[in-house]
Amino acid sequence: MHSVDWKKYFYVFLVTGAIFLTAFFVSNTLGNKKIEDIQTMQNRVSIDILSSETQFALLSESSCETVGDTSLSKDLDSLAAKLSYAEVNLNSNKEDVLWLKKNYSLLEIKDYVLMKKLSDRCQVKPVYILYFYSNRAGACPDCQKEGIVLTELRKKYPGLRVYSFDYDLDLSAVKTLESLYNVQPELPAMVIHRSVQYGWKSVEDMEKVMPELATLTGTTTPVETSKNTTKK
Amino acid sequence: MSPALIVATNILLFFTLYAQVLLLFTFFEKKNVFTNTGGNNDTPLKRYPIVTVIVPVWNEEKTLGGTIESLLALDYPKDKLDILIVDDGSTDNTRQVANTYKTHPEVRVFSKTNGGKHTAVNLGISKARGEFIGCLDADSYVDKNALSRIIRCFEDSQVMAVTPAIKVHTPENILQQMQSVEYDMGIFLRKVYGSMNAIHVAPGPFSIFRKEVFDKLGGYVKAHNTEDMEFAMRMHKNHYPIANVYDSYVYTVTPKTIKGLYKQRLRWVYGFLENAKDYRMMIFNRKYGNLGVFTLPAAIISIFVALFFTGLAIVRIASSLWRKILEMQAIGIPLRFEWPQFEWFFVNTSETSMVVYALSLSTVFVILVGKKLSEGNMKPNISMLYFFMFYGILAPTWLFKAVYNVALKKKTTWR
Repeated sequence: MHSVDWKKYFYVFLVTGAIFLTAFFVSNTLGNKKIEDIQTMQNRVSIDILSSETQFALLSESSCETVGDTSLSKDLDSLAAKLSYAEVNLNSNKEDVLWLKKNYSLLEIKDYVLMKKLSDRCQVKPVYILYFYSNRAGACPDCQKEGIVLTELRKKYPGLRVYSFDYDLDLSAVKTLESLYNVQPELPAMVIHRSVQYGWKSVEDMEKVMPELATLTGTTTPVETSKNTTKK
Repeated sequence: MSPALIVATNILLFFTLYAQVLLLFTFFEKKNVFTNTGGNNDTPLKRYPIVTVIVPVWNEEKTLGGTIESLLALDYPKDKLDILIVDDGSTDNTRQVANTYKTHPEVRVFSKTNGGKHTAVNLGISKARGEFIGCLDADSYVDKNALSRIIRCFEDSQVMAVTPAIKVHTPENILQQMQSVEYDMGIFLRKVYGSMNAIHVAPGPFSIFRKEVFDKLGGYVKAHNTEDMEFAMRMHKNHYPIANVYDSYVYTVTPKTIKGLYKQRLRWVYGFLENAKDYRMMIFNRKYGNLGVFTLPAAIISIFVALFFTGLAIVRIASSLWRKILEMQAIGIPLRFEWPQFEWFFVNTSETSMVVYALSLSTVFVILVGKKLSEGNMKPNISMLYFFMFYGILAPTWLFKAVYNVALKKKTTWR
């Protein structure tokens, strides 16, 4: 005859629940570990910037010839890729990721400012792009493609500095940068040679706009981050 | 993923994991309990009742001989065997092949105009002399101990039907090797369902019934070309227990081509859904025990779970393809090749993925246990790789089409 062992069904429910909770716990622990990884990398980058700033302060007492390599840590490329991944995948750590992203944007701006000071003081011409994108659905259909182009450019010209910023990021420093160059929300937008260019640009277009790319030597520069772009 | 999709995914994953845990829980609970009194015990039976085995056959001249030979080789007294070959209007040499076995006193041959498998089996039932009646498809072969192990199970007077363990006959190509893993899993499932009295299919290859089951419930009906499913459900409706003997081996020829496999599975899944519709009063009805509260609902829900996760996988694949297309649009076809680099950071460690990893592990375990039951060892083999590589791609095709056909009331055919 048919019968049902309800007790067994209940125990199985408990066991399944326990497996689910364990999975959530493990996932959360690993998520936190990933956040820690990014934090550690940002600390390293931060030290690199501090080192550059110190180097710059010393410059006032020495000649530009002693500057040497002012490029930032190699960690930046990897950091951008990880932040980009975390933004999409670490759903339970959204607040932490946002905080790290702001931190990252600040590091980029600090490097940008330092680079500008350095170029004024030593009459060197840095090759850089300020890139503004958006991850908001429908806000920037071409940002993903532009991200790919900039990644390719970074591979082709490792000396190129690409500073990328989420246009929607609620961070006063980024907002100041946007207003400084009067960047409108017509994304993707790129500041090249102090003027803003809107819309998608191919690798060839970029090479035409920036003929100085051909003169770049292979040094490491800052990178951008967004879920639409990978490491640059 | 949107929050709603994440919730839906987690609910379906919880259901899938629950079903998996219940099966494993039952397996370990009943690990040492056979649904019969035999198992590997091949000592003589207390008595050897007459058993009728009906072989319905239609245009199966190539495999019929092997099927009958395997029946004649059964470790069972010849005078207690009643083998009926019922030719369902074959148009090839099947009848001639069948007639060559007339010289064996235990073999009888009947011919009729083509009317479908169920009509052939019903003719056999009407001519049966046995106290027990079974059926063996003409593309299947029995192990020599299969019948005695099944009949031992009937020493429990409550048992009204017994199903065997079905294995793939000489898996040759990748598709058949993939199916052999699936059939091994089926051995595990049938053992577990048997111990829960919740088997919802008494398969064509060598399920044996007490004759009184047919006397009381009647014969087979067309039942959307899955008469074996319908009959099992009819038995449950009348509270007739169906047991399983997991070491009573029957070997069946499986489709060699994707098209053949697709047609067979489409018929099975469509037939299951239609029969489940016909017997819907049993679904979530505790009067029908584990079959009502677990097996039937789980089998139906699992079809939709599989389709849901296939949909998710398609979206993921499409999105990475889209990314590739964008890349090509943006920078053309890359001339340099870059090896993908492994870094643990990029391993998906979301809650959903963790549950999926747990499910995958338990699936591997189920497969290995199935292999242990089927072959006596748990050694992984290449067939498992084929199963993981291809089954998830192939199965959704017939699942989708079966649901589509049921929804639009389109019938499926045998061949």
